[in-house]
Amino acid sequence: MNDPIIKFDKVIKRFGDLTVLDELDFEVGRGEKVSIIGPSGSGKSTVLRILMTLEGIEGGVVTVNGEPLWHEQGPDGLKPASEAHLRKMRAQLGMVFQQFNLFPHMTVLRNITEAPVKVLGLSKAEARERAEELLELVGLADQAQKYPHQLSGGQQQRVGIARALAMRPNVLLFDEPTSALDPELVGEVLTVIGRLAEEHDLTMLLVTHEMRFAREISDRVCFFDQGQIREEGAPEELFTDPKEDRTREFLKAVLD
Amino acid sequence: MLFGFEWDLSSPATYAASILPILLIGMWVTIQATVIGFAVALALGLIWAVLKAAPFRVISWPASLMTEFIRDTPLLVQLFFLYYVLPEYGIVLPAFMTGTLALGIQYSAYTSEVYRAGIEAVAKDQHEAARALNLSASRTFTHIVVPQAVPRIVPAMGNYLVSIMKDVPVLSVVTVLEMLNVAKIVGDRTFNYLVPLSMVGGLYLVMTLVASAGVRLLDGWLPKQGIPLK
Amino acid sequence: MQLTDYIEPLMQGAWVTVQLTLYSTVLGAVLAFASGIGKLSRHRTINAICVAYIELFRGTSLLVQLFWLYFALPLAGSAIGIDLRLPPVLAGVLALSLNIGAYGAEVVRGAIASVHPDQREAARALNFTERQTLWDIVIPQAIPEMMPPFGNLAVQNLKDTALVSLISLGDLTFRAEQIRNYTQDSTTIYSMLLAMYFGMALVLTVLMRGLERYVTRWRRARS
Repeated sequence: MNDPIIKFDKVIKRFGDLTVLDELDFEVGRGEKVSIIGPSGSGKSTVLRILMTLEGIEGGVVTVNGEPLWHEQGPDGLKPASEAHLRKMRAQLGMVFQQFNLFPHMTVLRNITEAPVKVLGLSKAEARERAEELLELVGLADQAQKYPHQLSGGQQQRVGIARALAMRPNVLLFDEPTSALDPELVGEVLTVIGRLAEEHDLTMLLVTHEMRFAREISDRVCFFDQGQIREEGAPEELFTDPKEDRTREFLKAVLD
Repeated sequence: MLFGFEWDLSSPATYAASILPILLIGMWVTIQATVIGFAVALALGLIWAVLKAAPFRVISWPASLMTEFIRDTPLLVQLFFLYYVLPEYGIVLPAFMTGTLALGIQYSAYTSEVYRAGIEAVAKDQHEAARALNLSASRTFTHIVVPQAVPRIVPAMGNYLVSIMKDVPVLSVVTVLEMLNVAKIVGDRTFNYLVPLSMVGGLYLVMTLVASAGVRLLDGWLPKQGIPLK
Repeated sequence: MQLTDYIEPLMQGAWVTVQLTLYSTVLGAVLAFASGIGKLSRHRTINAICVAYIELFRGTSLLVQLFWLYFALPLAGSAIGIDLRLPPVLAGVLALSLNIGAYGAEVVRGAIASVHPDQREAARALNFTERQTLWDIVIPQAIPEMMPPFGNLAVQNLKDTALVSLISLGDLTFRAEQIRNYTQDSTTIYSMLLAMYFGMALVLTVLMRGLERYVTRWRRARS
């Protein structure tokens, strides 16, 4: 791949004795929409959490936009990243959480404007304007003054998406965005994500259990198992004609 | 000189060493007042808890009001009340007894809440189970509720024991010779308060640390699922 | 001296008690926040100072602290050549605030620790600094958790103000003592005194509930 925006090079992640990422190699191209599927507990979410700098790594190098994420250039080669470096790198990424993680003490509008004002230094008026556009995009223009607990789970997650977009990231990470939702609320969130994928050149990395959705929106699907990518390819290929036994078993189990 | 011990003011160190035995005598009084006050608080608090749980409002309401009143008024004023008002009605108690009674009354308002919370936490589901097993009400209480409530109650009660210890100096106002009062007297006579009062602070730290460690030890030793029945 | 003659000096004393409670509760809250947050700090020195303060004032008796500040501190000051004689009001407010602040610090620390770690992760993902995360995200959510124990501490503080009468500060208890010395009418004067403290505690409880409702209003917004 030429000039990938995200690159994992032999990345190792351990929790105690458990190896979650086992020399993972993985790349995402600019503007690419990639889905990661695989059994629960296989470490799919860990890939996103490492990118969002919520988890450190034990070995290998992660690069974002050509720059190492968890390291920075020192006098004798790479050294562990400082908080300043992490903040600079983090500005390129946004994340949508499984549990939404909205700020319960702020209105919907403030959830979206707080970081642009405090972190990016936007004026309140600018941030508000941007937030209103985004609320329009996710179909919640009329809910700006409500508090998160007054919204349904689906609405909360749409606010979560708007909040992440307000920071204008180059890469948006979705960590099982619909797993915490009641089945009847999944559709509205997927619609918003699908529209984003279609209309924007944003790079998207999605961990999901929604196979049909992954197939529809992705340029590429990766099957993740035991700390490594077992198989990857265009969605049509991977879903209709998987090469690996493990992939076939997994798809059979989840699609039936 | 106090309690037969002379102080030696030639240096802060000799001063401290010479008055240590005096302060330790005061500390012993502090410990006695703590233990007796705590015992009164435990017993009286249980009575309040039972009264507040009574099925008749004529009993439960006055009991609730009374504990609220006790909780919301200062120990010092309650102590004055007992010390000066009781004799007017012919009840004359030694200062130490009045003081420990005041401590016990003040803290009974707090311990009654601990009893209530501890018993309620157990009683809800266990009562139904016991009824299903056809145990009598009294047997349920002594064999099911109490053994399980005790481990829940002990840590909270332990904290109040430490609180009572820290409130004992209030008894100095009715002439009880507990540690602070003794230190104050030494200070009054030597015109040096710094050494005795700092020593009282230090000794208090030791006492509360030991008491807290004791409570933690007891708490760790008590089985969390309840006391096994023989 | 008539019963009605008691009223004026008692009201004067009550006003002093109210002021003492107010000042020391506010100052105590500031100390509680500073040391409760400081105790969670990774900075070694700050952490050590806060832990030492909290343990020292929770581990000793308020009356010992009050006497130390009033009687012993001037001697410590003269030993190093500084005049540290405190007027009773200052010694009283200082002892009360330092004491209640140490208890409040544990409340603040516990409430901050109870905020779900997901909230910190969300803040990190949005690139807030650690300081912004603490003050914008964590503390506003922790404050509602602090309110019920803070209410209890405020009432505790009101009760504790009675102790300042022992360093001859003219609070409610001090005034009552003066009247009792003069009239020897213990039953009446102490009953009135207890009732006045009870009344003040009830008012304070209502005020703290109001404050609690104010800081938790975002929790109760209805659609």
